[in-house]
Amino acid sequence: MRRFSWFNVVSLTLGFAFLYIPILILVIYSFNAGRNVAVWQGWSVRWYVEVFDDQQLLDAAWVTLKVGLVSASVATVLGTMAALAMARLGRFPGRLLFSGMIYAPLVMPEVITGLSLLLLFVAVDFDRGFWTITLAHITFTMCFVAVVVQSRLVGFDRSLEEAAMDLGCRPTATFFRITLPIIWPAVVSGWMLAFTLSLDDLVIASFATGPGATTLPMKIYSDVRLGVKPEINAVCTLVIAIISIAVIVASILTKRQEVEREKAERAAFAGG
Amino acid sequence: MAKTLGPVRRKFSPWNDPTAKPLIEFRNVVKRFGDFTAVDDVSLGIYEREFFALLGPSGCGKTTLMRMLAGFEHPSEGEIRLAGASLAGKQPYERPVNMMFQSYALFPHMSVEKNIAFGLVMDKMPKGEIETRVQEMLKLVKLEKFAKRKPHQLSGGQRQRVALARSLAKRPKVLLLDEPLGALDKKLREETQFELMDLQQELGMTFLIVTHDQEEAMTVADRIAVMDHGKLIQVAGPSEIYEQPNSRYVADFIGDINIVEGRVTAIDGGLIRMEAAAPRVSIVMEDDAATSVGATAWMAVRPEKVRISHDAPIETGVNAVHGEVWDIGYIGDTSVYHVKLDDGGTFRAAVANVSRTVERPIGWDDRVWLTWSKTAGVVLTA
Repeated sequence: MRRFSWFNVVSLTLGFAFLYIPILILVIYSFNAGRNVAVWQGWSVRWYVEVFDDQQLLDAAWVTLKVGLVSASVATVLGTMAALAMARLGRFPGRLLFSGMIYAPLVMPEVITGLSLLLLFVAVDFDRGFWTITLAHITFTMCFVAVVVQSRLVGFDRSLEEAAMDLGCRPTATFFRITLPIIWPAVVSGWMLAFTLSLDDLVIASFATGPGATTLPMKIYSDVRLGVKPEINAVCTLVIAIISIAVIVASILTKRQEVEREKAERAAFAGG
Repeated sequence: MAKTLGPVRRKFSPWNDPTAKPLIEFRNVVKRFGDFTAVDDVSLGIYEREFFALLGPSGCGKTTLMRMLAGFEHPSEGEIRLAGASLAGKQPYERPVNMMFQSYALFPHMSVEKNIAFGLVMDKMPKGEIETRVQEMLKLVKLEKFAKRKPHQLSGGQRQRVALARSLAKRPKVLLLDEPLGALDKKLREETQFELMDLQQELGMTFLIVTHDQEEAMTVADRIAVMDHGKLIQVAGPSEIYEQPNSRYVADFIGDINIVEGRVTAIDGGLIRMEAAAPRVSIVMEDDAATSVGATAWMAVRPEKVRISHDAPIETGVNAVHGEVWDIGYIGDTSVYHVKLDDGGTFRAAVANVSRTVERPIGWDDRVWLTWSKTAGVVLTA
């Protein structure tokens, strides 16, 4: 049996080539021994060593990491709350508007989000820097978290919470003992998503930043404009590694949750 | 009613004792959801150690009534009292009642033990006592071997037991059971019904069950409340509900029944005479229903109390109709004959299959007579 026709093989190869050859070249050249990025001069890890000697680069990485951690955490709390409100409150006046407004930032061009935030920060005379980038990232990642968590809440059996309250559990305790543990995988993958989005972001951060707060994507972008340095390849390779790990962990969590749920459902049908 | 009815389950009838105080009291309870009235002026007393069933089709308000007792809904009007105290304003976590949910609502992230212990942990019971109580509960529902399992690793029947153990663990004053056996297959459901009855006797608790399955209600309950459109239609013991329904609705909802509409022609010392047009038949019933001459009434007789025969009865004018066998339902223990009457309508007769062979079996298209005695049915006025 021939499962792969030539057409399939070719289109698959082409697709993957388009996606991954540029990244592959970047990764390979990050191990180039020579200074010239266009000429291969043998394997070396010297640029990785230089990265860790470059204080500016390390500072930028540290800012990025801090922004990512803080904004992802706050966005997860806010996004989860929004998802709960959407899934639970039933019909309240303006529900449709509210849900539309939660999803709007998903499709809003980043330039517009960035510009509007910049205008806001200028209008309220907020000192731009670390906190403005963080606030901007909370704003645009929150809706992603809300979408992820809400999709989990759709299948949530409310009688679980009623059962907990019936057994003497107060509403707040019910949320932390019953609801949160059950939706936890969705909350974690929402956090991962928010974190990687924050790490990646160049446009919104450029608008929201001020003197003294440079994120890694901003640093790389400004360096590259003065010519590609091999350290940049090394930094990018490291970023790719971190993001790949985060995405893989998030998808494994989501997958496992699905498998668990399917297993539970199967058992329910086979019950008796 | 002066008549004695069917078998008496056990000598337990506090509702007939004027000095007994009900444990649960619904006083003129009304519940509205917007324009829809789910529960309409219900007054009802349920006594300690009673196994009480709320029975009715879906949407009749039985679940809402139970959820108001649990505290998930609050009455629009009226009051619910438990052990003499009003439950108004009490939240579900403040009420000494526990509920077993239709979906079981087992916490998927906790083991069987943790599920059962949940209510006890909430009550801040000492650890040692919790352990003892959980073991006791596991033993009660025969799940000792499954203590460490998660709910999704259990079968439907086992999950049902965990849900039961969890709701019993706190030893509530009242256990509420919301369609508890709905998800089980017929055989397991029947077994579990008897287990529930034994358990209720053993623990001496008050059980309130909501069900749409009349057989289930008849089997387990001391008393049954039949509901329709938010109202209580009849509240009585199973045999009374079956043998003395107070309306066509109850008669029709519980089991199978033949109903004939007629006009009352005479009332004479406990005998009611009626004339019916379709089928054309004169009826004489021994009943003291509150009706008057000239009023419309209905005679209701259960199929198993109708005799079916090839031969005409001695007195053909009264309580006798004839027709052709249209259909035969063989159920095993009984056969149900659907007879198409000569002057319109159908009538059903059920015959217990007491022996394996019959000399002159009744077959399709046979002409038969259907007769019933004066005491076989009831006269209904509503």
